[in-house]
Amino acid sequence: MSAPAILPARGAADRLTGVFWRRPNLLLLILVTPPLLWLGVVYLGSLAALLLQSFYSIDEFSGVVKEEFTLKTYAELFRAQNLDIILRTVVMAAAVTLACAILAFPIAYFAARYARGPWKAAFYLGVMLPLWSSYLVKVYAWKLILAKEGVLTWAASGTGTGFLIDGILSIPGLEGSSLSTSPFGTFLVFVYIWLPYMILPMQAALERVPNSMLEASADLGATRGQTFRTVILPLAMPGVIAGSIFTFSLTLGDYIIPQIVGNSSRFIGLAVYQLQGTAGNIPLAAAFAVVPIVIMLIYLTLAKRAGAFDAL
Amino acid sequence: MRSDRPSLLLKITAIGGLLFLHLPILFIFLYAFTTEERTYQFPPPGLTLKWFGVAWERPDIWPPLYLSLKVAAIATLMAMVLGTLAAAAMSRARFFGRDQLSLLIILPIALPGVITGMSLRSAFGIMDIPFSTWTIVLGHATFCIVIVYNNAVARMRRLSGGIMEASADLGANAFQTFRYVLLPNLGSALLAGGMLAFALSFDEVIVTTFTAGQQSTLPIWMLNELVRPRQRPVTNVVAIVVFAATFMPILIAYYLTRGGSETAGMGK
Repeated sequence: MSAPAILPARGAADRLTGVFWRRPNLLLLILVTPPLLWLGVVYLGSLAALLLQSFYSIDEFSGVVKEEFTLKTYAELFRAQNLDIILRTVVMAAAVTLACAILAFPIAYFAARYARGPWKAAFYLGVMLPLWSSYLVKVYAWKLILAKEGVLTWAASGTGTGFLIDGILSIPGLEGSSLSTSPFGTFLVFVYIWLPYMILPMQAALERVPNSMLEASADLGATRGQTFRTVILPLAMPGVIAGSIFTFSLTLGDYIIPQIVGNSSRFIGLAVYQLQGTAGNIPLAAAFAVVPIVIMLIYLTLAKRAGAFDAL
Repeated sequence: MRSDRPSLLLKITAIGGLLFLHLPILFIFLYAFTTEERTYQFPPPGLTLKWFGVAWERPDIWPPLYLSLKVAAIATLMAMVLGTLAAAAMSRARFFGRDQLSLLIILPIALPGVITGMSLRSAFGIMDIPFSTWTIVLGHATFCIVIVYNNAVARMRRLSGGIMEASADLGANAFQTFRYVLLPNLGSALLAGGMLAFALSFDEVIVTTFTAGQQSTLPIWMLNELVRPRQRPVTNVVAIVVFAATFMPILIAYYLTRGGSETAGMGK
């Protein structure tokens, strides 16, 4: 007698395994339901609540939220002072993105093409550790560095380059008693904090540039500069755009950095934070929070057309 | 001919860029030892160890520390369960809505934190939910899911489906296969994901300020000290603790997953 090909079920677990085998979709449903419920209810539910709140308004006399549909709150966004906030934030996000792209390029390029063995690991950790280490600690470090009595002033006076800092601080729009109270300081900290988010996708894109293409370019008589402009840069572009999605979006929403470093002029994130907190105007705060979503949707549509998502 | 050695300029800018990323953190350590407590004077007029003792004695630091640890622990556990389930579902089959689900998982960290925070705040407002530890956990678990998910899904992609079938052929039921085949293979990736989720949650401040109400986590305590400083070096001592609490998990996560194509951390 040979043993039976199918063993008899030994218990509930075996019988359930049979059920899963006959109906693979049942197991899938069991697996997918908890995360789907969580994200669907908690996250999408909250986003819906945000949208809902943004269509409410606040009674100007009593300060109570009126739960009726209105576009009044959105109209408030178009007041001069609020448009100023939006414009200031977008300009800052664009400047930060540009600076990050320029600073990130040599690091990403070196890591992708020349770093080998232990150097590769060193570059990887060198980017990953600042990316993950505490956000607040990094911002605080810059408050120490940029302070009037801090290390930057000390280094500048030691090397006789104090005029550079004074020069920056006298540019209209960037005034402040020190870099830590100037919008230029805010800009510097933004660039520092979001730089790793630009390096990683850029490096990923550059790693996919085949060596043979660079050799072909050289064989055809291109100089280093020409190869860079006509071969490397276009192929790196999807990575640059993918990185810029992070730097742009993160700068749009941040409200901690402008609060700690800078002249406390308001950005979108700060406006949201103050409106929902001290002012208690949740509808207007919600409407302000919708602004980055809209800007990012436009940005993502443009980026998608440029083929940025292949590099993510 | 193109030489395959980096130019000096490239070397200098690349290494300079890395230094730019790392040097600022050192000042946090230096200023924890300064004797000057009212300004950020450089170089420090003198060095002392007393701030570590002062920080230890300050009663306002301990409750936020406990709250942060509690929130991070609960949020990490929830994210590990939900993230693993999502990864298991995604690796099994192509199904209707698969792409939408993967977008939904990524969305909480793809959108700026202020949106996640303000959304949760709006929802709590509409449903009259009072702020509690659980409102903080709710937000943290949501954006931690993607971290665990990324690690688990990368490892599952590398696992061949054959070992699951072999396990079934040898007579194991689904639960035994999970316990003796899947879990040992996924273990280090899950641990790495959990470590990173813990680090992210322990350090989170942007979403937390919207979901905490009057409560204070350690990052919120730090933020208050940054806006209204008193005994500045004490803040540095706490900053070192926070830095270590995020630094160690990242390093461990890196060593747990190194060598694979899915090295941890790409997903932040």
